[in-house]
Amino acid sequence: MFLSRTLLKRHSVLPGFDLALGFALMYVSLLVLIPLSAAFLKTFTLTWGQFVDAVATPRAIASYRLTFGASFLAALLNAAFGLVVAWVLVRYTFPFKRLVDALVDLPFALPTAVAGIALTAIYSENGWIGQWLPFKVSFTPIGVFVALVFIGLPFIVRTVQPVLEDLNRELEEASATLGASRWQTFRKVILPILMPALITGFALAFARALGEYGSVIFIAGNMPLVSEITPLLIITKLEQYDYAGATAIAVVMLVVSFLLLLVINLLQAWARKRQGSL
Amino acid sequence: MSAVVAAALPAARPGVAPRALRSATGEAPWVRWLLIGIALTFMTLFLFVPLATVFHQAFRKGLQVYLAAISEPDAVSAIKLTLLAAAISVPLNLVFGVAAAWSIAKFDFRGKNVLLTLIDLPFSVSPVIAGLIYVLVFGLQGWFGEWLRDHDLKVIFAVPGIVLATMFVTFPFIARELIPLMQAQGIEQEEAARVLGANGWQIFRRVTLPNVKWALLYGVILCNARAMGEFGAVSVVSGHIRGLTNTMPLHIEIAYNEYQFAAAFAVASLLAGLALVTLAVKFVVEQRVKHEDGNETA
Repeated sequence: MFLSRTLLKRHSVLPGFDLALGFALMYVSLLVLIPLSAAFLKTFTLTWGQFVDAVATPRAIASYRLTFGASFLAALLNAAFGLVVAWVLVRYTFPFKRLVDALVDLPFALPTAVAGIALTAIYSENGWIGQWLPFKVSFTPIGVFVALVFIGLPFIVRTVQPVLEDLNRELEEASATLGASRWQTFRKVILPILMPALITGFALAFARALGEYGSVIFIAGNMPLVSEITPLLIITKLEQYDYAGATAIAVVMLVVSFLLLLVINLLQAWARKRQGSL
Repeated sequence: MSAVVAAALPAARPGVAPRALRSATGEAPWVRWLLIGIALTFMTLFLFVPLATVFHQAFRKGLQVYLAAISEPDAVSAIKLTLLAAAISVPLNLVFGVAAAWSIAKFDFRGKNVLLTLIDLPFSVSPVIAGLIYVLVFGLQGWFGEWLRDHDLKVIFAVPGIVLATMFVTFPFIARELIPLMQAQGIEQEEAARVLGANGWQIFRRVTLPNVKWALLYGVILCNARAMGEFGAVSVVSGHIRGLTNTMPLHIEIAYNEYQFAAAFAVASLLAGLALVTLAVKFVVEQRVKHEDGNETA
């Protein structure tokens, strides 16, 4: 009763609000909020100086550079190719299209450890793809990039695809009758409409890549200062019983994640507004 | 619009007008095939080849080796633990998903967006951090560490920790499938059932559930696949005790690091098979939903 009296904006004849919301809130609190607050409280046991020392070691900074850099580049590559994949799936017909469409979600469903060992095997020096490349991929920072491309692909395709499906073809016809070439129509009419979805997908892929662990650690080689990602550094510190140090780095990552989540929510609101106005 | 354009074109040869239109809002064939080629090459390099490689490597040394790898005691206990963790976390997440979706989709309340953001949180929190926070709460140096030790209970480096970490990582999936669908369906049918005298359980079972059953099914399947495949979070809390706290993904890691590639890929192929089943269910569910939407509008 308490929940419905204090929170409900409008009276409803439907039952179960207190029970459902009560359970949901309890579940989220026990499973997420309380444990997450533990991370922040643990960090408060450090002084500011100790905190900075823990999160700004050369090794930590090298891991941020790799994690953020590889995540950014992977999301960028996915934005370009994901757009092509979404375009092809919406606009064209080709053999096995529905199968290809279904397999786009593979990185969502395939366990990261499985993806990790598979990518390592094919991109190693004598692997199916690695043997044809003039440079090493597995056990280098490029490997980190490859793994992050794999896990990020569906985010772009699945955010761009529905917008492209809803796109009003009359706009393109109007553009064509006004004398625009196909490329001009794409750049000046279609791309601006897709932009909010594309940026949202980019942000989602980027956010997911920052925290990724399973698919990366097999292929990365995990050399400190060279190919060690931040989540792995957290684990390394934990294994050395440096709980405060591990938590301090985790808090840095959490703050970045929360900021990204905020940005993504704003982007999605923007995308909805843009789509509504068209 | 297209009718107007078509009418404006010379109508002498009927075959000409559609072709002219086609090129106005479509691409030249060579562009089309180039784009299809680029998309398929990209997906082949990053998706299809990795998937194929899992099965290729698993069976490379023959069926005997494959069967031996998935039936050795450590693998079997890893499979059992994975099934146990999923069997606990998926039903709990199902109850949460239904409860959260019911309150968010059917009621208008203050703080709804906060709850929605919290549900999305595991998507943006690194699985490693998900494991870490449970270590901070239940680990030996954590909040309840001493109390747990005094009562001879183990959470971290034991099965309860693995279940908790799995629950954290997978709890949004069912809620996320249900919420948009239930929001789109509104509350009129439920209100009608209420007016006709149905109680809450009857409304849910006879009105709401039939409307969302396919999304619910996919949510459960996806949640299950993620629960069985979770690696990072479980890796932090498990302690990697063979035969006791190793799940399938952790077993894969150990076998791989010991250069038992065939064994690692054999267990990996089981999880890859599960992923393919998940995608197949998604495909069927989407066809069903489209089919039902079509029936309603017809």
